[in-house]
Amino acid sequence: MNTLVKYLRWDTVVGVLLIAVFLAGSGTTEGFSDTANLSAALDDTAEIALIALPMTLLVVAGQVDLSVASMLGLSSALAGSLWEAGWAFETIVPLCLLVGALGGLLNGWLVTRVGLPSLAVTIGTLTLYRGLASVVLGDKAVADFPETYSQWATYTQTVPGTFIPYPVALFGVLAVITAVVLHCTAFGRSLYAIGAQEDAAYFAGIRVKRIKLVLFVLAGFVASFAGIVFTLRYGSARADNGVGLELVVIASVLLGGVDFDGGRGTLGGAVAGVLLIGLLNNLLTLNDVSNEIQVIVTGLLLVASVLTPRVVAAVSERRHRRAATASA
Amino acid sequence: MSAHSRTRRRATLTATAAACVLAVTLAGCSGTTKNDTKNDTKEAASSAKADPNAPLKKGLKIAFLPKQINNPYEKIVDDAGIGAVKEFGGSGKEVGPSDAKASSQVSYINTLIQQRQDAILIAANDPNAVCGPLKQAMKQDIKVVAYDSDTAKDCRQLFINQASSEEIGRSQVQHLAKQLDYKGEIAILSATQNATNQNTWIGFMKDELKKPEYKDLKLVKVAYGDDDDQKSFQETQGLLKAYPKLKGIISPTTVGIAAASRYISDSSYKGKVVINGLGTPNQMRKYVKDGTVEQFSLWDPKKLGYLGSYAAAALASGQITGAEGEKFKAGDLGEYTIGKDGEVILGPPTVFDKNNIDDFDF
Repeated sequence: MNTLVKYLRWDTVVGVLLIAVFLAGSGTTEGFSDTANLSAALDDTAEIALIALPMTLLVVAGQVDLSVASMLGLSSALAGSLWEAGWAFETIVPLCLLVGALGGLLNGWLVTRVGLPSLAVTIGTLTLYRGLASVVLGDKAVADFPETYSQWATYTQTVPGTFIPYPVALFGVLAVITAVVLHCTAFGRSLYAIGAQEDAAYFAGIRVKRIKLVLFVLAGFVASFAGIVFTLRYGSARADNGVGLELVVIASVLLGGVDFDGGRGTLGGAVAGVLLIGLLNNLLTLNDVSNEIQVIVTGLLLVASVLTPRVVAAVSERRHRRAATASA
Repeated sequence: MSAHSRTRRRATLTATAAACVLAVTLAGCSGTTKNDTKNDTKEAASSAKADPNAPLKKGLKIAFLPKQINNPYEKIVDDAGIGAVKEFGGSGKEVGPSDAKASSQVSYINTLIQQRQDAILIAANDPNAVCGPLKQAMKQDIKVVAYDSDTAKDCRQLFINQASSEEIGRSQVQHLAKQLDYKGEIAILSATQNATNQNTWIGFMKDELKKPEYKDLKLVKVAYGDDDDQKSFQETQGLLKAYPKLKGIISPTTVGIAAASRYISDSSYKGKVVINGLGTPNQMRKYVKDGTVEQFSLWDPKKLGYLGSYAAAALASGQITGAEGEKFKAGDLGEYTIGKDGEVILGPPTVFDKNNIDDFDF
């Protein structure tokens, strides 16, 4: 029983759920397991998946960044207005990434130097970056990006021989790197330490502030990159691109079993969470399930993801205690 | 410790410098700019020939993809469209997102392609964001008809327009001006900032206001209620606070005009500020009867959905290809001719007031 409880970690459950949804979908729904559909469904999660990587690191370290979707919008608006002004795309991309990193730096600076909680800081910059996006591009939409670029982000062009669109392939590579960093390096272990007990981590010699700063810069950087992907994928640069996306990212990460209090969770779980939400929504849409019901399903899964590990822990603890009293 | 941190700092500096050099190099490279890429991706013109005598196919699968599913106006359009599909023996349905975001419609188009629908009718939240998947649909011989809010022209075969955009835009200014005796401050309460139809109308409104007879009529602000009842209500409140001399509001959206009327009807502005715009009779009946609103206008949304379904079926049956000048029969509505850029115009808008409002139920 104890071994079962040990293996019954929530991130494993999400992985199993993901496989179950895939199998059930292929068995019941025409078109679901078509490569074209899987390409489109995966591509639809591209930005969420990319941002979920640094977000997992942040949440493990007990932090959160709510400004990522606004940074995505700012990056999109910036790319649109520079493109319209006649700049070269090859210049626009590094510039947007630089702005993303600076935005992340501001978040990190406010958290580490001024000492404000990340939730409060990034609620502020969420509004700030979205506001800047509106200043940069106004209510315009820039749409005339050439096919040669937008093809890289859309599901119609995939990595040769596979059904994987390029942004998702890139995500795959980055996910492996992030997983190695999080689970196999001292840096990764220090994130868990900070998330579990920040003061203890500090006195153990971990450079808490420096690490947090790096994480926020990383999140801003990746969010601005996701902004480029978003812009090309939809062929439309707008200041309101990705409104509300930060909640989907955080929901996916939490669904994957990463503890919002920090110190616990795996990257595999977070990735499974992202894919589960994406595939489940696709499957429900194919079956004409209304959007409201989809939102409810996602919500229920989320509640379960927060609740189940605690219930399992409470049950096993009670059993331990009973066993202890019985033996005494 | 200090030596250690100095090396760290040096490493950071080096990295930053390297990044800057890289950025500058990249910027220096002559990259691709907007001017380099002339659009040479013109799709080969469809070689299909229209056969005006072809019968409407049986069992057509037609899907409506509105801006958002819980918008009461879109529901009326789509229900009437689905009713029309039943008339010619097909199966119709409505799917779509619960928010009016530009990107939310895309995943729905992808799934409709997988479901192998014969035609997709779409009211676009963003004319370009839906383009890629719609082109993909047309490649797989799924007919695409935009209605209510157009997509970019090469991403659909037809656009069913409620009324000519110019007529709608100009008539709203004309109506309100008459009610205000051609003087005073006015504002517009629109839907989202990027709604194609709203912005086209507002463009014509602004153009109409340039005429000399409107020299004493001043447009002070265009506000956006995002087609959200609460937000539109608050925006109305904000407008009246910010512009105490405001005399009239044009709200060319059914959600906006109802919310604005609700606010005015319970406030001291009732009878002092004129509301006009586009609304549905059932939503506005109360405000017309209690004197908050004198008149408003709209096309018949049922006819819009009905026409859309028949146009989609005519495309899917090969009666028309979407070229200018082609004609098709739209059931009870009679014959329509396709205009420039694949546009089909339903007809002039109807003005509703206390004399005729009880004749309509939608």
